[in-house]
Amino acid sequence: MRTCASIGRMAVGRVEITDVEAPAAWRRPSPKLRTIRRLEVGLVAFAFAALGATVADLDVGLTTAVAVVGGVLVLAMVAEGFVSRRYRSWGYLERDDDLLIRRGVLIKRLSVVPYGRMQFVDVTAGPVERLFGIATVRLHTAAAATDARLPGLGVSEAARLREQLTALGEARAAGI
Amino acid sequence: MVALGSVVYWAVTRWRVDGDTLRVETGLIRRQSLQVPLSSAQAIDLVEPFLARVLGLAEVRVRTGGASRGDARLCYLRYSDATHVRAGLLAVAHGLHEAVPAPPEERLVVVPNGRLVVAGCLTGTIPASLVAVIALAVLGSTDPAVLVASGSGLLAAFVTMALTAWRRISTEWSFTVAEAPDGLRVRSGLLSRAAETVPRGRIQAVRMVEPLWFRPLGWCRLELHLAGGVKGGDRQQPARLRRALLPVGTLADAELLLARVLPGREAALTRPPRRAMLRAPLSYHFLRAGVGECCAVAISGRVRRETVWVPLAKAQSLRAAQGPIQRSMRLASVHLDTAGRYTRATLRDRAAPEAVYLLEELPGRCAAARNLARTRPGPTSATGQADLPAPADRALPDA
Repeated sequence: MRTCASIGRMAVGRVEITDVEAPAAWRRPSPKLRTIRRLEVGLVAFAFAALGATVADLDVGLTTAVAVVGGVLVLAMVAEGFVSRRYRSWGYLERDDDLLIRRGVLIKRLSVVPYGRMQFVDVTAGPVERLFGIATVRLHTAAAATDARLPGLGVSEAARLREQLTALGEARAAGI
Repeated sequence: MVALGSVVYWAVTRWRVDGDTLRVETGLIRRQSLQVPLSSAQAIDLVEPFLARVLGLAEVRVRTGGASRGDARLCYLRYSDATHVRAGLLAVAHGLHEAVPAPPEERLVVVPNGRLVVAGCLTGTIPASLVAVIALAVLGSTDPAVLVASGSGLLAAFVTMALTAWRRISTEWSFTVAEAPDGLRVRSGLLSRAAETVPRGRIQAVRMVEPLWFRPLGWCRLELHLAGGVKGGDRQQPARLRRALLPVGTLADAELLLARVLPGREAALTRPPRRAMLRAPLSYHFLRAGVGECCAVAISGRVRRETVWVPLAKAQSLRAAQGPIQRSMRLASVHLDTAGRYTRATLRDRAAPEAVYLLEELPGRCAAARNLARTRPGPTSATGQADLPAPADRALPDA
């Protein structure tokens, strides 16, 4: 029984709210999402390193410039670690009656949205996302607090999910 | 200006009942023709704006549940005519003949006006005047000029507060709640009067608020959260979705109304584990939550105790959140969201295994409650109008 599983987990120690259902059943956004996030980190780091090094080289000396570049690199590594963890935390799971979405590293979040409650689904893709062929799927219910967003799905997967959710939503529509 | 607008509206508006459809033709420059199928009307209300009331007139408003623009307004009729028209429309809406009289109402609660005035003055005035007196004593003891300056500031503050209190008291004057077959009927007003119907199926959540100075008196305030618009309706519809069911009443009154509004709301309430005291040192005192047969209940707040009931059939989505501190303390919060902007029941700082259990258990129970409400529309009906039964099924008890 599920209840027993939950209590079993309690015995292990930390219980994370996102530990629902089997870990293998969860699907992840496309790895391109991680690539985009890494590129963003890289670009910002490069800009800071270039600016910092130039200023330091002109004002102080070469060793300081090298130190600045080193510092920026270390920060970029830390940021990269965070970005990767955040990417890994995203997950979604289509169950028979509802969609589960989990996310978050520091604050773990899990949303359960019944298909029958969906008012509409929209798919958006910004210029960078389009370049990489990914899109964001967003679910809307009548509740403003419902927070069901799935970034970084491959275009075909996003379209499939949209069709699937719309069909299921119509089949199980429950109104308000 | 308002009066002029109303006169023009009255002069250009024609309406008639055609089968079970109400047709309204209106508009001075842009003619507008509105057709309201009465069987899908959410409520038929009697409204008496102040000026009209002075002249002994009233307005019948047919609410369609969508945006307020979709409401058919029949204004202005003589009061006695208006009640007749309303009864007729109501009968047609229920699939009966136009001449069938309006069903009898059962009066549930009448709020004494004295209590309203006391409550209106208590809200905001007591703490504000305490702060003001202390501030004056401190400042005035040093310099009389400061005393004068702050005194005039205070006066302005008091006037604003008095106006707010007045507005509240005048809208909630002679507050009466009655139960009719089509919903709860709420009447109130000192200058303008309104008799409004709240269809039961639209209630998304009920909130009971007990401010600090109500608790020693055993008073509380009940609020209803209503669905804005039906499926696919106007998503931007603001306001009037949070409405007082009991501006101020005794706990017994509240109990009576709650039993009518949410039958079967009982749930075994439990406290969060003791370790949650560290995370919510103040509010832990009242913090309780539980999920019963058909409702989720959450109590929170320290100064203002708030109890929220959300029928499981109305939950739009379920969310859980766990921050770093909660994770280290093995706690988590679970939210049940309902339609609207602010309505949700938050089961705060529950033990993490319990939260996981709730997350695994609740979606199924919500779905079951939804299906039950759909197949057996009753007080907890899940519906927008699409789910309402055919008019014949809703025949009134006295018909």
